[in-house]
Amino acid sequence: MDFENFLKKLKEKDRVTLSKVITLVDNETKEGVEFLKKFYKERKDSFRIGITGPPGVGKSTLLNKLIERFAKKYDSVSVVAVDPSSPFTGGAILGDRLRMENIYKFDNVYMRSVASRGSLGGLSSSTENILQVLEIFGTDVIFVETVGVGQSELDVMEITDLVIVTLVPESGDSIQAMKAGIMEIGDIFVINKSDREDAYRVSEYVKSILQMKYQDKELTPPVINVSAKNDTNIDELVSRIENLKEIFIQKGIIERKREIRRKKEVREILRDMFIKSIDRELKIIENKNDKDVSPYEISEKILKNIDFKSLEDIWKER
Amino acid sequence: MERKIKVLVAKPGLDGHDRGAKVIASALSDAGMEVIYTGLHQTPEKIVKTAIDEDVDAVGLSILSGAHMTIFPKVLKLLKENKREDILLFGGGIIPKEDMEELEKMGVGKLFGPGSQTKEVIDYLRDWFEKNRK
Repeated sequence: MDFENFLKKLKEKDRVTLSKVITLVDNETKEGVEFLKKFYKERKDSFRIGITGPPGVGKSTLLNKLIERFAKKYDSVSVVAVDPSSPFTGGAILGDRLRMENIYKFDNVYMRSVASRGSLGGLSSSTENILQVLEIFGTDVIFVETVGVGQSELDVMEITDLVIVTLVPESGDSIQAMKAGIMEIGDIFVINKSDREDAYRVSEYVKSILQMKYQDKELTPPVINVSAKNDTNIDELVSRIENLKEIFIQKGIIERKREIRRKKEVREILRDMFIKSIDRELKIIENKNDKDVSPYEISEKILKNIDFKSLEDIWKER
Repeated sequence: MERKIKVLVAKPGLDGHDRGAKVIASALSDAGMEVIYTGLHQTPEKIVKTAIDEDVDAVGLSILSGAHMTIFPKVLKLLKENKREDILLFGGGIIPKEDMEELEKMGVGKLFGPGSQTKEVIDYLRDWFEKNRK
């Protein structure tokens, strides 16, 4: 594979090449890993914005409006939309493009749909790698859209610089139950569909929860009522995003987030390497008739006998 | 990791009958494929842009409006212009037999008429993938 040529074409903003490289890393191929290793230093620090929230709150419609604003302001904008894969068939229907008409209107917008694959309901394990390819490509802003259920809430916080949690007026009662999860990850809260009843009651309620949580007034997440469908208050949201970005940069918050992210990624990759290698060891045990031996005992025995040199070989051969 | 077959299912043209496209999209997903579904009224330009950006293996078009002799060749041409003629273009809908033959001669893949089983489409795609993408 001619990596240098790939890089050259990426820098020339060639979308066919970009798409192919993303496929390589999305499928976790050897070539994909080599590409990221070789060109990691070519990355630009793109600003990553996460958009999450329960299903049906209008995340895609809201994102469609944000794309329009950001595409006019920046040279290159990317969207990565993650949808769940079926744990039974492994298949997926990726339908986020349905509501994102604006990706076709602007030539400087790139959008990629990603199936969550193995990871349960959350982001796919390759999402971070896809974002890195987009950073090598040199995009200014990356939006990561994900359904906010369970683990993915944390995933999206770790993978992005700023998180927008989207709710609707009807979310009122369920916010009580969501407090522990979704209320802790947002940097900005958006009440979409605010043309409906109770929209301002709910935003006041969310504000009251957040004020109790945050001491620093500057960092208390703003709560904004919008209607993506009617294009109401979207500009206000955009200026809040830009404003918060400045504060995050000034206070070194983004830098800290990126540092934590790198460390976590090393941990994930190591774990992945171990699991792939341990799977082979496990195949050896499965053949033995040791159903009366405790799994702890088996594990300790394996741990004693692991040959780290051979683990490395297995990883390289994969 | 086993590579997933990625398919774009699109509904070009002006007719609003998307049941067929939806049935195919969910059948392919149930067969373990990753399906990008873009909904109604797609232009050939949009379809090809999506196919390139998503790097799909195949594009399936559902056409019931009679515009098949315009849309299929146009998509084919745009794929070629972008050097992505390696992407399989196939489809379904109300298409007379003579037109089917002519389109297949141009380089369009299999076209499935009324009464086709979803299993035929799945087998066709798997077979194509095995021969062309492995």
